[in-house]
Amino acid sequence: MKEEIIVSGRMNPMVDPNLQIWHWQIPLYLFLGGMAAGILCIAAVYFIRGRENDYRTAVRLTPFLAPVLLVLGLLALFFDLRHKLYFWQLYTNIRLQSPMSWGAWTLMVITPVSFIWCALHMQDLFPNWDWKYKWLKALESFFNKYKKTLAWIMLIYGIILGIYTGILLSAFNARPLWNTSILGPLFLASGISAGAAATLLLSKNIEERRQFARIDLIMIGIELFLIVHMFMGFLASTQVQIDAVRMFLGGQYTASFWVFVIFLGLLIPALLEIMELKKYHIPAIIPAVMVLFGSLMLRFIIVYAGQMSRWLY
Amino acid sequence: MRYAMAVDTRKCVGCSDCVVACQTENNVPIGYCRDWVVEVTDGTYPQLEMEIRSERCNHCANAPCVRCCPTGASHIVEGGIVLVDSTQCIGCGACIASCPYDARFPHPKGYVDKCTFCEHRIKNGMSPSCVEVCPTKCLYFGDLDDPSSNASVVLKKRKYKTLIPEAGTDPQLYFLI
Amino acid sequence: MANRREFIKISLYGAGFLAAGTGTYKVIKALSKREKEEITKLAIDLKRTPTYCEVCFWKCAGWVYKTPEGKIWKITGNDEDQHCNGRFCPRGTGGIGMYYDEDRLKTPLIRTEERGKQVFREATWDEALDHIASKIKEISSKYGPESLALFTHGSGSAYFTSLFKAIGTDSIAEPSYAQCRGPRDEAFFATFGEEAYSPEITDIRDTKCLVLIGSHIGENMHNGQVQEMSDAIDKGTTIITVDPRFSTAAGKSKYWLPIKPATDMALLLAWIHEIIYNEYFDKKYVEKYCTGFDQLKAHVKDFTPEWAYGITTIKPDLIRKTAKEMADASPAVLVHPGRHVTWYGDDTQRVRAIAILNALLGSWGRRGGFYRPARFTPASPEIPAYKVPSKSWTDLFPGKFPVATSPISNALIDASIPENNPGFPIKGWFINGTNLIQTIPDQGKTLKAIQNLDLLVAVDTMPMEITGWADVILPECTYLERYDAMRASPHRKPALALRMPAAETAYNTKPDYWIARELAVKLGLGSYFPFEKQEELLDWQLKKIGSSLEEMQRVGVKNFDREYDDLYIADDEDVTIFTDSGKIELYSAYFKQNGFDPLPKYIPHEEPSEGYYRLIYGRAPMHTFSRTSNNPNLTDLMDENTVWINPKVAKEWGITNNQLIWLKNQDEVISQFPIKARVTERIRWDSVYMVHGFGHAQKQMKRCFGKGASDTQLITKVLEDPIMGGTGMRGNFVTFILEKTETEVAS
Ligand SMILES: Nc1nc2c(c(=O)[nH]1)N[C@H]1C(S)=C(S)[C@@H](COP(=O)(O)OP(=O)(O)OC[C@H]3O[C@@H](n4cnc5c(=O)[nH]c(N)nc54)[C@H](O)[C@@H]3O)O[C@H]1N2
Ligand SMILES: Nc1nc2c(c(=O)[nH]1)N[C@H]1C(S)=C(S)[C@@H](COP(=O)(O)OP(=O)(O)OC[C@H]3O[C@@H](n4cnc5c(=O)[nH]c(N)nc54)[C@H](O)[C@@H]3O)O[C@H]1N2
Ligand code: SF4
Ligand code: SF4
Ligand code: SF4
Ligand code: SF4
Ligand code: SF4
Ligand SMILES: [Mo]
Repeated sequence: MKEEIIVSGRMNPMVDPNLQIWHWQIPLYLFLGGMAAGILCIAAVYFIRGRENDYRTAVRLTPFLAPVLLVLGLLALFFDLRHKLYFWQLYTNIRLQSPMSWGAWTLMVITPVSFIWCALHMQDLFPNWDWKYKWLKALESFFNKYKKTLAWIMLIYGIILGIYTGILLSAFNARPLWNTSILGPLFLASGISAGAAATLLLSKNIEERRQFARIDLIMIGIELFLIVHMFMGFLASTQVQIDAVRMFLGGQYTASFWVFVIFLGLLIPALLEIMELKKYHIPAIIPAVMVLFGSLMLRFIIVYAGQMSRWLY
Repeated sequence: MRYAMAVDTRKCVGCSDCVVACQTENNVPIGYCRDWVVEVTDGTYPQLEMEIRSERCNHCANAPCVRCCPTGASHIVEGGIVLVDSTQCIGCGACIASCPYDARFPHPKGYVDKCTFCEHRIKNGMSPSCVEVCPTKCLYFGDLDDPSSNASVVLKKRKYKTLIPEAGTDPQLYFLI
Repeated sequence: MANRREFIKISLYGAGFLAAGTGTYKVIKALSKREKEEITKLAIDLKRTPTYCEVCFWKCAGWVYKTPEGKIWKITGNDEDQHCNGRFCPRGTGGIGMYYDEDRLKTPLIRTEERGKQVFREATWDEALDHIASKIKEISSKYGPESLALFTHGSGSAYFTSLFKAIGTDSIAEPSYAQCRGPRDEAFFATFGEEAYSPEITDIRDTKCLVLIGSHIGENMHNGQVQEMSDAIDKGTTIITVDPRFSTAAGKSKYWLPIKPATDMALLLAWIHEIIYNEYFDKKYVEKYCTGFDQLKAHVKDFTPEWAYGITTIKPDLIRKTAKEMADASPAVLVHPGRHVTWYGDDTQRVRAIAILNALLGSWGRRGGFYRPARFTPASPEIPAYKVPSKSWTDLFPGKFPVATSPISNALIDASIPENNPGFPIKGWFINGTNLIQTIPDQGKTLKAIQNLDLLVAVDTMPMEITGWADVILPECTYLERYDAMRASPHRKPALALRMPAAETAYNTKPDYWIARELAVKLGLGSYFPFEKQEELLDWQLKKIGSSLEEMQRVGVKNFDREYDDLYIADDEDVTIFTDSGKIELYSAYFKQNGFDPLPKYIPHEEPSEGYYRLIYGRAPMHTFSRTSNNPNLTDLMDENTVWINPKVAKEWGITNNQLIWLKNQDEVISQFPIKARVTERIRWDSVYMVHGFGHAQKQMKRCFGKGASDTQLITKVLEDPIMGGTGMRGNFVTFILEKTETEVAS
């Protein structure tokens, strides 16, 4: 028998006996950021491709969620900080190697952009909206003039933000479960899927809904592919990564991962969406909510399980 | 200059004096620690082997904790010592998640804390507290660029290993075996 | 300049006291050499006071450092001190927690309800001491002063012993005799005419072969020994460890002999056999200094390694090989005498076998064996002579334990129970610095004795179990708040060490000297304490040798040169050996006279029955008995004990790691608290192991209450050593209770 014990009562709270430094705030932040990224990317793409009028909800309405999600996400991040009064230090430093720094700066750019985007569409939401002050009106017309550039910025930073929510974790090679480059694309796909689900929820236009069900389906397909790919990668890797992925294949996260993420979050909504595309009547709200839930659970489970996985020595 | 520590697992008795001495020297609050002791027993009675290790931050030459810190609070000073500036640290925990050795912890005051190699002492020509207190004298500290330092001498003489070299952090805590 | 000094002062306290940062580092680096020296001097002048540690009885001398705010910052060793060489052990380093423990005793308490019900009222010192004085007078006049017993351990003993001698009793016992090293001392007296002392005169530093029979150095954290063993490992010394458990020391040994418990005597006899019949012994030495060789040789004739194998389970070739290793190293070989040796009731004889082995190998008085100690004795002030008590502790049970040279704590307890028909009754206990409930086996007997007392006083720093039974509790301040008698232990060089207060006295507590003297004054015995204050006494003693209290406060430790260069016996030197025969007695005529075996014999001991396991116990390096179990710094390192169970046994029982279980002994006593199982290969399948000192039942100690189990509670069977009265404690067997049923809870 091999016995390995920590002799002195090493009990650093949140670190021992296993890492628990991140609680609900970080996965929530990753989910909100990812969803916002998805929404903004979709809006930007359709705008750039000139399909604004076909997909009015996605381009003009759903983006109103983005600033709210981003601010909530930032708040969650803020709540996670233990030395809150020093928050501003994030913005006196640019650390290119730190995903956390990246994320902070990306948010710094994309949050105002999302606000501006909403401002440009205020009249869609409130037909009688009036900017009252002259300088505000001037600003509006300025941004309207460069709306395409704005959309490009939004797209690029949206993608960065979406990938970042995965990279943040995969940069930590100390946690075998996170140590895979698949997390970036996986979280991006999951974010776009969540963004699509948001439009699915809000849109009253049947054509638009069908289009977003299709997008969602594609994303779910990509996600499933990436997850399988990730598991195979882990299983073909070192012992610590095999141990890590075993948490999902018989270990303590098996039930929650397969039930909440795979079935309820991916397969069932996919099935429902296929049925809807085949013209069965399915209330759109059901698959959409399930996708959002699955996307949230994915973050929670990956963040928590990742903290349980560790190197052996 | 490249500071390093060597731990003689053959002499260490696991008494944890290094832990309590660090706690008092550095005013580490009760319930937290910058160093700790691991005991590994392998085999079947009576064919047994034991290794005891006093562990702490490895002051990695390729430190992921420094890389992932968004504020620069985690930084490296002369001699390769990895430090945290408590007035710059926002307590985001990224460095904690990035350390394969779990060598860092959130100080109850909010910032992240860890072994400093007792930088405040070595700058005054003293050895780190844990090294100075260890009753078995199994901790050796010194500058690897100086061939006559305690650490250099003992590393030249003895076989050693580092922990999780495959994590690629280039740890500077050596375990004599 | 003022600011600079201020800065320097602050920077001394390092990263933890400032917000850690690079800023400090840069400034410190810019200091000149002179300024650095100034810092060091400032640190020394302003902030540190000498002490010697009281967390165990090794008594290391060190320094207590304080922060600018006057908080105790840290405790470190004194470089000049031979006991610690500048390095404290974890318990000494964490001694700071003895002072800051908020559960400490805070003010004198007088019991207001019947004994055992813990109902007390707060009292002033005057009231409490008056109460005690009048009770002492009452007992003295009714039964005679010898009916008062003092149980004491630790540095306060010096003054309480004076007080009780002045009162007229010699029933003054320390648990370090009959529960600890008594058998060893008597065995060494009988063999060498001298004891093994404390600190032990073991020359581990220079040995070439160290043999540890159950001594678990490294867990037994007696500082100097741990340090010297480590040096020995560095030098490649051969270490042979005999232990049924894979102790830390076993893990560092060239040979580990995983002996079946209670059979060490057979191994020792086989080694003696090997060493004699292979002519490995030091012939010149044996011829010149020893007597009784021929009898010994005849005695061990049949004790071959094969014979021992059947008993000990140690393979014959391993016994042979290790005997040869010892012989090769002779005389720089040390068969360690052990310290806590009260195991199986034949302990004096077992240590006699160890002594004989050392004598044959010529290690007594030799480099790498046992050095010859030197000690400095401070002057004593003129005090009236103590009256020789009309009845002595030896009259309690005439004829019993004829060889004992110190009062036997458990005999004093026996004598407190009238049914035992003692020579005279013990009616009052004054207890200082020993937690009899956790320290003396067979708790039932101790409690019965307590019910027969007219007075029980406990002087302690913590609300330990024993204080719960006291009529009066006197709260002593900790060693960090007081002066004490100077430490003058024997060592390689004679030395003195000073303890002085490092911090303000917390709460309404007082030091031992003050308590003893006040009580003496109240009893009309003030003349035995001619100095009102302890510092006056210390200064007077130090001035006698051309030093002063002021100097000792500065240096902490003073080492003296030996009078003669006699650390080791020189080749062929004529030395005085203090036995009756003037020789090292391989054959003990003295034991023979007293009706005991002159040569050690193997006697089989009882073995566990089916489903039971021998309960063995020992030390954890970060705790001292029960005294540190509530220490905030040390509980942080280890806050409970576990019961070690071999994986085979655990599997049989379905016990998993960290499972909470209860232990039940052969007398149906169930541990009051559950204890976590540690399933580990480090213990034999026929035994379980636990660290002594946990399982406290005293609620006032909030951190340790109910944490782990108490070995003492389960040691109800005592294997008494007929030679000197030691309480063998390893003849108890336990089984596991996985779930406690109602009836079991009730019992
Ligand atoms: N079951 C079992 N029993 C044993 C042992 C064992 O291993 N197992 N070991 C035996 C051995 S080897 C020994 S030496 C004895 C030791 O026996 P003890 O000396 O009784 O050991 P402790 O449990 O440390 O109890 C010391 C008491 O002194 C108090 N104290 C601490 N500091 C001070 C102080 O400065 N002043 C005063 N007045 N009191 C103080 C503590 O609070 C505690 O109540 O125990 C023996 N008994
Ligand atoms: N950390 C720490 N150090 C201490 C103390 C403390 O409280 N804490 N107390 C000090 C004091 S006063 C004393 S007396 C010493 C005691 O320290 P030692 O004299 O070293 O103690 P023992 O109780 O003899 O040894 C315990 C060891 O004996 C083994 N053992 C059990 N049964 C047998 C047997 O039948 N045969 C053999 N060969 N071995 C057996 C156990 O497995 C365990 O490893 O420690 C001193 N040092
Ligand atoms: S103080 Fe030394 S011997 Fe004790 S645990 Fe630490 S490194 Fe090991
Ligand atoms: S051990 Fe951990 S905290 Fe220390 S330098 Fe390496 S990664 Fe950073
Ligand atoms: S917790 Fe502090 S030191 Fe660690 S990464 Fe965050 S800011 Fe840097
Ligand atoms: S070097 Fe200093 S800070 Fe690091 S573990 Fe040792 S005592 Fe603690
Ligand atoms: S050995 Fe440890 S506890 Fe004992 S006196 Fe020395 S420092 Fe104190
Ligand atoms: Mo002892």
